[in-house]
Amino acid sequence: MSVSAIVEFRNRNLCSAPSASFLIITLLLWLSGGSKPLWAQENPYFVSYDHYLEEPGNLEVEYFSTFGTQRAGNDFHAYWTEFEYGATAWWTTEFYLDAQSTFRDSTIFTGFRLENRFRLLQREHFINPVLYVEYEHTSGADKILKEVEGHDVESDYSDPNWLARQDHNHEIETKLLLSKTLKGWNVAENTIATKNVSPGEPWEFGYAVGVSRPLGLKASAKRCSFCPENFIAGLEMYGGLGDRYSFGLHQTSHYLAPVMAWNLPSDWTLRVSPVFGLNDNSHAFLIRWGVSREFSGFGEALARMFKPGRGGRE
Amino acid sequence: MNRVSFRAIHACIRRSLFILALIMLALTGATAAKAQGQSPVSAKSDLYAELGKVPAKAAARRNPLENDPDRVAAGRKLFELHCLECHGEAANGGKKGPSLRAPEVQQSTPGTLFWLLTNGVVRKGMPVWSKLPEPQRWQLVSYIKSLNDVPR
Repeated sequence: MSVSAIVEFRNRNLCSAPSASFLIITLLLWLSGGSKPLWAQENPYFVSYDHYLEEPGNLEVEYFSTFGTQRAGNDFHAYWTEFEYGATAWWTTEFYLDAQSTFRDSTIFTGFRLENRFRLLQREHFINPVLYVEYEHTSGADKILKEVEGHDVESDYSDPNWLARQDHNHEIETKLLLSKTLKGWNVAENTIATKNVSPGEPWEFGYAVGVSRPLGLKASAKRCSFCPENFIAGLEMYGGLGDRYSFGLHQTSHYLAPVMAWNLPSDWTLRVSPVFGLNDNSHAFLIRWGVSREFSGFGEALARMFKPGRGGRE
Repeated sequence: MNRVSFRAIHACIRRSLFILALIMLALTGATAAKAQGQSPVSAKSDLYAELGKVPAKAAARRNPLENDPDRVAAGRKLFELHCLECHGEAANGGKKGPSLRAPEVQQSTPGTLFWLLTNGVVRKGMPVWSKLPEPQRWQLVSYIKSLNDVPR
């Protein structure tokens, strides 16, 4: 390849290098005025959801990575940026941007997701249900493994990017999230039903369960980084349950993942999770990590920008 | 870096700004939907009314940390982390949350405040705080009950 060809290739692919776009958007949001960072008590899950929604008016900006090993193919690093906004105390809305780099292949943007979660009951009950509805517009090269469903198996991820990205998924994903917190222990169970809106695609099913607990239940009197209450540890398990024509565990993949979150007093949350495949259809090993920051008053700051005749002031 | 590279970076920034604008548009829509028909004053007084709806058994619960010397200091830290944004720095009330120094709150039993923290008042914007472990919620209750002992 000549030097000019290399320059052209680099320029043509600069913006399709999703990490650059992700970084710019994230920086712009983090630098935006009017919102204050807020210490959050975030759960450690990567795949499971508990029943807690974003506080109203708050925006959480999150970045997550999944490094995956791939038998009969190239290992990959998939990542997504998530913008989670508390519209009300019973409704949280999220926007995701997905991308991946496959080693010895390429880096590509793989799609976006719009997600909404609705709290169904006003008060805390023995089990707390939340309805989850998501629209996914992704390519077949999406590898973030945010959920496992249907007959998803490791070999689905072995195609080279140029081939995999020719598939386009328009999916509606629904979940019933059930969760309960008792004596510091959170137990969450998610039932997943997904439909690719393309004709002839069946409903696919999956599950995710998680359990977690802070290492300390009482708060210490002073702000500290290494206090036990800042760490939340747990375990997740998730996998596919086939589709409407072949429901069950046949040709499905399943994962077990210890999870840990560290809620720092400097407003950041760090998460890490090694993931182990439980059968031959699963990736043998994944490692996930994430970083997030929550901003309070983001909704108000945004609303002020569009308020007529008040000069942006109260 | 050559001129073509600058052009590519510019295109990249433009694309990022476009995505950002889409996000902001979606969030503004959600905010507008939330704000529609809401009166902050009536919302706040409605929240005091919720104190009277707490079940008697829950209201009668005693604070298990009442002999813990660190309970108020720890509660203050938790208040600053989770509650200050809505209820104001001195807990005198903010844009979204009512004053916690009001007689309605201060005359409530610890059990009442604990129940309200645990369950929230979701339809009026007060989130559920059961994600904080029970001892932390009792620490918060201790701090709220101590508010009239400390200067505004």
